[in-house]
Amino acid sequence: MLVARAAVLSSQSPQISQAQPSQAPALTLLARDGRRTLPLTVTGDQEFVALDDLATAFQLAVREESLGAITVSSKGKTIVVQPAQALASVSGRLIALPAPLTRSGRRWLVPVEFISRALATIYDVKLDLRKPSRLLIVGDLRVPRIQLRYDAVGTSGRLTIDATPRATSTITQENDRLSVKFDADALDVPSPVLPGLGAQGLVLAVHLIDPSVLAFDVGPRFAGFKASTQTLESTLRVVIDLAALAETAPAPAPPAGRAAPDLPALGQATPPFRTLVIDPGHGGGDDTGAAGASGAKEKDLALAIARRAKAAIEGRLGIRVLLTRDDDRHVGIDERTAMANNNKADLFISLHASASPRPAAAGATIFYAAFDTGSVPASSADRVPAFNGVMREIELVPWELAQSRHLDQSTSFAELLETQLRDRIPLAGEAVASAPLRVLESANMPAVLIELGYLTNGDQETLLTGDAFANTFVQALADAVVRYRDAQAAGGAR
Amino acid sequence: MTQRHIAIATVLLAAVVLGLVLFVGLPRLKRRTPARAVAAAPTASASQGRKIKAHLFYVAEDGAHLTSVERDIAYGETAGDQAREIITAQIAPVPAPIVSAVPAGTTLRAVFIADGGTAYVDLSREVASAHPGGTIDELLTVYTIVDALTVNLPAITSVQVLVDGKEVDTLAGHVDLRRPLIRNLGWVQ
Repeated sequence: MLVARAAVLSSQSPQISQAQPSQAPALTLLARDGRRTLPLTVTGDQEFVALDDLATAFQLAVREESLGAITVSSKGKTIVVQPAQALASVSGRLIALPAPLTRSGRRWLVPVEFISRALATIYDVKLDLRKPSRLLIVGDLRVPRIQLRYDAVGTSGRLTIDATPRATSTITQENDRLSVKFDADALDVPSPVLPGLGAQGLVLAVHLIDPSVLAFDVGPRFAGFKASTQTLESTLRVVIDLAALAETAPAPAPPAGRAAPDLPALGQATPPFRTLVIDPGHGGGDDTGAAGASGAKEKDLALAIARRAKAAIEGRLGIRVLLTRDDDRHVGIDERTAMANNNKADLFISLHASASPRPAAAGATIFYAAFDTGSVPASSADRVPAFNGVMREIELVPWELAQSRHLDQSTSFAELLETQLRDRIPLAGEAVASAPLRVLESANMPAVLIELGYLTNGDQETLLTGDAFANTFVQALADAVVRYRDAQAAGGAR
Repeated sequence: MTQRHIAIATVLLAAVVLGLVLFVGLPRLKRRTPARAVAAAPTASASQGRKIKAHLFYVAEDGAHLTSVERDIAYGETAGDQAREIITAQIAPVPAPIVSAVPAGTTLRAVFIADGGTAYVDLSREVASAHPGGTIDELLTVYTIVDALTVNLPAITSVQVLVDGKEVDTLAGHVDLRRPLIRNLGWVQ
């Protein structure tokens, strides 16, 4: 069968045409020390590379033997190829090639597959040929294949970016450009990409502006974005939902007697998740919080984790993350909650660490608010003037009871977070609990307080202050936020 | 004005005066009546050596819960006296391996029991200033006091902790102490 295939291939006309310089196809070599290109010669659907170019790039010895055979050697290992035959021999083993060795002027050309099928078997460094993207990766570089798709979703748009093998990415927006930076040495990006791009005026073009950065030029209708990730076997998928500006036609007047509506929610029934407030507990010289025997302070741990979470979640999800403090200073409890309320945060997360007189105490606990009081002031309703002279009924909720309306959602998020944290970091026996916690009670949005662990436990202190814990915790937190946001978007009550 | 009119006016005036006394004067008088304050001083009954059994609360082995221990406590003639004896015993230093969630050095300044069954426990500043911090430890401190009274004295339905005679937001930044707290055995193993 191998012979028959070779015969068929060799019967094809080996007419070689050199591409014009302006259209010159090339094979890009990516190596740890940089990149270079090798010219390709194309005939029909077949791409050829010159043997002497390969010899220069990989320090190969190429010789024409007396019987017409060509030998290609590297460090004592040899490949033998015969002109006009789509075969190569490596240590007595025959390897099929898609086209025969061909002479072009004074140069010998081999099909590009020669690299992956023959050369890779004798070369002492890994060679990974990505033929569709004309990439040859030399050595152990992280070069995920990137698949892009753009879909119109009503007036909005959705970018789907698959990275295989999985590579994490951070997304940033600067002026009219949305950049996706992958944790990779380079990207294997097919071209052309994204049919239908630009039709909605949301994304106009895509560029590879850096070996590991894809940039999307956003258009005049672009209003914002939110991103999420999901793992599909060996692929990490990033979905960027692009919100469109509302049409500029004047809005109809609200019906008489009814309250004016809130701001439009970018065409979605459920308002998008826009803002997360993270509250690093304690702070300042007089409020250091719990302390460990080795000197770790709760205020420092909470701030370090909060900063890392902000960077990771903003980059990965594209939502705004605010910190109630970004340095070592005192912030009043009401001030913390007020920041979340005034910024209409969608979620409030307070970070703390525990102490116990029992040194064995260990594990994280997630709290949501409880109102364990004998008597609390009740909420009431009142009517206030609104636009157009109409009266609007508003619910008056005492500041210290604002959280009472969000307890179900807070509980849901706490349980969701527990699921994400379990098996990743040590959890307390009772990992989700409720308590009358001051900082949660005034939060007018779903809110939780996370005790990361016990600083009074020596092993826990070492764990909590390490990079590995911070990375793992932040990853789990981001995963929980993604799932919570997706559940909300799918119709969860707010 | 006829005699009949004068009689009607007199009755109406008397009714108004009576109404003012009943609905305005008495409630104000009642509000001015101080809650029963029990100073943290030995009582005659305690000195007589009479005891009651009471449940006191200490930090469990896991460090994240309380565990209850039955102890003999000096008898108090009144609910206020008894509350004082219970809290005094509860915050007293304990020998190892028992561990108290109340910081060492904390003393009881006074106990007040208001109408409606709310007890106000006024502790010295050490309960906050010497607190090691941490949400769970603070919860254990607070519910040590709250449960010690509400479990042993059914007439006490809620407890508000005061520090140095004043209302406080929290002891160490976590548990809301602005209002009385009801019994919560969820922190007891």
